[in-house]
Amino acid sequence: MTPRKRRLMFVAGALAALGVATTLVLNAFEDNLVFYYTPSELQSGKAPASRSVRIGGLVEAGSLQRESGSTLVHFRVTDTAVSLPVTYEGILPDLFREGQGVVAEGRLGNDGTFQARQVLAKHDENYKAVEVTEALERAKPRAATLSN
Amino acid sequence: MLPEIGQFALALALAIAVVQAAVPLVGAARNNVMWMRSARYSAFAQLLMVAIAYGCLTSAFISNDFSVQYVAGNSNSLLPLYYRITAVWGGHEGSLLLWVLMLAGWGVAVAVFSRHLPLDMSARVLGVLGLVSVGFLSFMIFTSNPFVRLFPVPMEGHDLNPMLQDPGMIYHPPLLYMGYVGFSVAFAFAIAALLSGRLDATWARWSRPWTTLAWVSLTCGIGLGSWWAYYELGWGGWWFWDPVENASFMPWLTGTALIHSLAVTEKRGTFRSWTVLLAIITFGLTLLGAFLVRSGVITSVHAFATDPERGVFILAFFAVTIGLSLALYAWRAPSVGLGGGFGAWSRETLLLVNNVLLVVAAAVVLLGTVYPLAMDALGAGKISVGPPYFDSVFAPLMLPLAALVAIGPLVRWKQDLPTRTWQQMRMTAIAALAAAAVWPLFYAHWSPYVSLALFTGLWIVLAIGLELRQRTGLRPASLARLRPSYVGMHAAHLGLALLVMGVAMVKAYEVERDVRLAPGESVEIAGYNFTFDGTYPLPGPNYMADRGTVHVTRGDDTIATLHPEKRTYASKRGMPMTKASLDRGLLRDLYVSLGDPLENGAWVIRVYYKPYIGWLWAGCIFMALGGLLAASDRRYRVRATEPAAVKGKVAMGRI
Repeated sequence: MTPRKRRLMFVAGALAALGVATTLVLNAFEDNLVFYYTPSELQSGKAPASRSVRIGGLVEAGSLQRESGSTLVHFRVTDTAVSLPVTYEGILPDLFREGQGVVAEGRLGNDGTFQARQVLAKHDENYKAVEVTEALERAKPRAATLSN
Repeated sequence: MLPEIGQFALALALAIAVVQAAVPLVGAARNNVMWMRSARYSAFAQLLMVAIAYGCLTSAFISNDFSVQYVAGNSNSLLPLYYRITAVWGGHEGSLLLWVLMLAGWGVAVAVFSRHLPLDMSARVLGVLGLVSVGFLSFMIFTSNPFVRLFPVPMEGHDLNPMLQDPGMIYHPPLLYMGYVGFSVAFAFAIAALLSGRLDATWARWSRPWTTLAWVSLTCGIGLGSWWAYYELGWGGWWFWDPVENASFMPWLTGTALIHSLAVTEKRGTFRSWTVLLAIITFGLTLLGAFLVRSGVITSVHAFATDPERGVFILAFFAVTIGLSLALYAWRAPSVGLGGGFGAWSRETLLLVNNVLLVVAAAVVLLGTVYPLAMDALGAGKISVGPPYFDSVFAPLMLPLAALVAIGPLVRWKQDLPTRTWQQMRMTAIAALAAAAVWPLFYAHWSPYVSLALFTGLWIVLAIGLELRQRTGLRPASLARLRPSYVGMHAAHLGLALLVMGVAMVKAYEVERDVRLAPGESVEIAGYNFTFDGTYPLPGPNYMADRGTVHVTRGDDTIATLHPEKRTYASKRGMPMTKASLDRGLLRDLYVSLGDPLENGAWVIRVYYKPYIGWLWAGCIFMALGGLLAASDRRYRVRATEPAAVKGKVAMGRI
């Protein structure tokens, strides 16, 4: 086989693999992009109901309730302007605390409750998820008008 | 006093690294023997200085010197001695010092074991390593100095993150860093070859053992990290497609491609410029990994505290290094030539497909890791890419790769016939297919995907057996005479087979349940009965624990008694920490961890059944052992000046 032909084969092979991979990637990518919203944005209906989304904020103090006899928990996530009710079934992360930052992934139910599939808390006391900081920042102007 | 000595040693190390970079490179260009020889001495001196700095920081940890900010932030007087020693790399600054120590160590290893290389080659390699050192040392000294003093001196340290207080922490970071940093050596060899214009089979043979050793370390590091996450984090997951895991996985993928491409370059003299490019890409990905972990751009278990200055520094370092390397590549590579030709069905072709698959896989991981960062940087909003993306893209790329692993070693170099391969392999293929179809029937449900994955794994195993029989007739005397590099290849491939089968089985048949259990209550999963016996308090050196007791039975047999713990670390303002308890087995692990305490001594308890998960770590161990065997082959230590060996190889390379 001549070098020219071989090079052509290399390019063709690479392009074919790239084509297949691109198709796979774009299909999977499309389905698995998780967008991030603040509780305020979620409540004003900005988030698509059909997709899984992430929310970030603080766990409202005193809002954590455990349903007796099951592993279901209820709490509220707030960005200081809007507080959103969240339900989650399972074990909360070790660093989940009232008054602390939290990120939850799930869907907004028809009753306005956010059904979390996954709850993430910070990994270290010095550390605050970027999403949480941003949610609080974004809600600041609104919270200010509410308190006036 | 000691921290100041450490600080001074670091500054000296930087000065020495500058000398190590400049003098030998200029010497090699001007053919000045003295200047080229200086490289070795600089390498030794640099290691000595970095080791002194490292020793000073360690002694500050051992003596609880909280006047050093880094010690105060990552240690505590109640911390046991061995964790005070490992806490040195528990944070950003110290882990960077470990990184630099490893880099200097690899430099000395090259200086010691490269005596058989031509002087200009070893001088250039050490010079490039010096350049890399300059980058990392200045990064540490200017943005992340571990010796910064704190005033007023706190009475007590902040303590090491409890998640890092674990034996796994002792081995995971050093091995991972050894792998990361080891690819700098492969990179240095590539750049040295580009500079000297000597990109041939001999160069590949010099570079191979180093690349393989780096790959072995990275394999061990990733494997240990995964194992650590599995039992330490209390979630029972072993791979989360977390950005930092991806950061170590991308160089592993391209590094694997590099090992195979180097094999082609050594044996057949082909793929030369591609091999060099892969070495540059792999090194670039290790730098990108450092950026992801240390710049604070990502949210992760591993991410260190945020400091934009650091991110900018590494990004600039990355851009300069990779920009210059690619420019050098573009300038020199066209003169390298293509090397020997090969047929459409030959081992070269299959290795080419292997390389394409691995690089595409790395690109896929890169996209999923970097896309959210790019979107965020462009102000297009915050997004994250879910693990299902990686899962669904990765499997279709890895299964053909696993099939190639079965076929490849049986196909001849240069030219072979597909019909010959088929005749050789059809029995193994049919046998593997039959076994793979039946195996999942013993489990909860039959799935074509599981069978497909099992087929590729079993086929690899059978093909190895077939190849060994063809070559040795399975006579013990002939088996004992096999070359270590050949045995190493098969061992690593066997590791991949175990890994593929393990992943398929655990993904398909694992059972994960979070249940509420009061003392005396029990739950049954996958045929095992878990009875909760309540918890009792148990104090540790720097924490308080609630220790649970769970009895596991199956039918009338007692399987195990497990003791999961929930620990509270007072020094971290009551930070809780879950300690899972496992019963390990060849075919399954049983995993129990405590969730949240409820009323009347009841707990939410996490109970997992993980079939074949041990095969994952076994696979990693086989891969690492295979790499070690391959790197130990005597032919890598033959002197380059031995005329017969070199001429033979070079001549072969130029066919």
